[in-house]
Amino acid sequence: MERTWNNRAWFLVLPVLLLVAFSAIIPLMTVVNYSVQDTFGNNVFFWAGLDWFQELLHSPRFWQALARNLVFSGIILAIEVPLGILIALNMPKAGWGVPVCLVLMALPLLIPWNVVGMIWQVFGRVDIGLLGKTLSLLGVDYNYVQDPVDAWITIIVMDVWHWTSLVVLLCYAGLVSIPDAYYQAAKIDGASGWSVFRYIQLPKMHRVLLIAVLLRFMDSFMIYTEPFVITGGGPGNETTFLSIDLVKMAVGQFDLGPAAAMSLVYFLIVMLVSWVFYTVMTNYGQES
Amino acid sequence: MARIDLDHIRHSYLRNPVKDADFALKEVHQSFEDGAAYALLGPSGCGKTSLLNIISGLLQPSRGRLLFDGKDVTALSPEQRNIAQVFQFPVIYDTMTVYDNLAFPLRNRGFSEEDVDRRVKETLEMIDLSDRANKKARGLTADQKQKISLGRGLVRSDVNAILFDEPLTVIDPHMKWVLRSQLKQLHKRFGYTMVYVTHDQTEALTFADTVVVMYEGEIVQIGTPSELFERPSHTFVGYFIGSPGMNVMPVELDGAVARLGTQSIALPGAVKSSGAAKTELGVRPEYVRLGREGLPVTIRAVEDIGRHKIVRATLEGRELAAIVPEHGEIPAEPRVTFDPKGINIYADSWRQELVA
Repeated sequence: MERTWNNRAWFLVLPVLLLVAFSAIIPLMTVVNYSVQDTFGNNVFFWAGLDWFQELLHSPRFWQALARNLVFSGIILAIEVPLGILIALNMPKAGWGVPVCLVLMALPLLIPWNVVGMIWQVFGRVDIGLLGKTLSLLGVDYNYVQDPVDAWITIIVMDVWHWTSLVVLLCYAGLVSIPDAYYQAAKIDGASGWSVFRYIQLPKMHRVLLIAVLLRFMDSFMIYTEPFVITGGGPGNETTFLSIDLVKMAVGQFDLGPAAAMSLVYFLIVMLVSWVFYTVMTNYGQES
Repeated sequence: MARIDLDHIRHSYLRNPVKDADFALKEVHQSFEDGAAYALLGPSGCGKTSLLNIISGLLQPSRGRLLFDGKDVTALSPEQRNIAQVFQFPVIYDTMTVYDNLAFPLRNRGFSEEDVDRRVKETLEMIDLSDRANKKARGLTADQKQKISLGRGLVRSDVNAILFDEPLTVIDPHMKWVLRSQLKQLHKRFGYTMVYVTHDQTEALTFADTVVVMYEGEIVQIGTPSELFERPSHTFVGYFIGSPGMNVMPVELDGAVARLGTQSIALPGAVKSSGAAKTELGVRPEYVRLGREGLPVTIRAVEDIGRHKIVRATLEGRELAAIVPEHGEIPAEPRVTFDPKGINIYADSWRQELVA
């Protein structure tokens, strides 16, 4: 059959193109523009070439923050994904328990991020916080304001509390879509609980897990609000992640050029790692 | 292989069934002979899948016992019962190869790799998938996947029975035919006890030696395809089997004569006892003769389906279908007669013997 070409169809794409241009492309280009210039204020700009990028890549401050980010995302994924799967596997599949569990699971996701930060900031305080006070009464030396390890633990526990639900809900959606016949066939084949998980549930959750891992990686890698509210990046720079550093640079010090260069590098890292995750996970098990 | 006895099996999905209506499966007391092929035929919701799942052990019956070769297996798990079941939608383990899919039930039962290899290779031959042994199972077509589901049952040489739950639902019409004949071959060659659930009469009649027709949770007739056709023991069997189904008309009996409105029909015999609330006369379209004598009818439509014509007529305000040969004549003032050997009398939906 002859295909009809009608270039007027492009007009239909125009609205969305405009939307994307104004919401993403043009702002991004402004950042690109800043990243290759220097300014002393008064709207006077000088060409700086790739100086900011070179400076950034030679700055230990950047590498340290990046390392913190990678470690943080690594820990978050290592805890939230298995925990999320475990909870999803144990959630009821039918009956009154389903809505109860779903609502309980969705609750943490509904709380604004800075409120989550505030909750844990207060919760962990040694003088008035339920957690901090209890721990110190029990004789545990816990203080997230002074001790970097405590600060990290607090932020990680908070993130697990806040975001594991997302993994749970996604996995649960994957699990309930498995037809009963699969479990029945597994029973007849004499499969063990582990085999059922390994050969039926995990493969069926594969797609939703990909989404869960991607979302959790991107979100944890870009974490800003909660550590900012809880620790402000401290003690010292121990919880200063790239995003916190970036805001300090751009808003605190008004170093537009370096901040723009850093934004771009940051953006590229998130994209690159997400792409790697996506490629690895979609290719996994596809070869025949 | 085993003989399967259903000993007064009843099942209800309610916790405390009391009334008859609480039971999805009303008392089934029936034996499936070793090595025979049975079809459970009935409309959706008639309890045929429940019955199948009771045999495989996926469902525990509320009442009654299940015996394999005289041994009570009611309390055993599906795995211990050692049966194979093929479901409506093909169940395959996506991430495994075809070979590993077939090896799975054996490995779960702790067979040695040598035995596994030998059994799997034999089974691959049987289901004609040897050339794909090392392919991932997910890339296969629906009928190949269904063969893998079947193969996972066949690898265990000692399965007691192979159960099929509408296994051809998602298969292309052409492949349906192929698969069905392969199943028949397997049955002939290896003599498995097979129970095949379906709502498709063609499938049931071509697959099985014995067809069990179920309706509203009970077995209404068990018989060979020709018995079901010639002597439907319940009006439901009459409707359900045959295309078009049996003509069923309310009549009043007067000895060996049935009265339908103002018309009388001579019967080959009289019913022994009467007193039923509802008496009906059933005659298959194949036994309705269209001609110039008999009961006057009005023809509404003639469907020419190639080999013969289906005449849709009205007799005393009742719909009546008749099958006429492709080149048979349809008179201007049509009348019908019923072939006496095709006449059945039903009292409260159950067939009555006629005594001459």
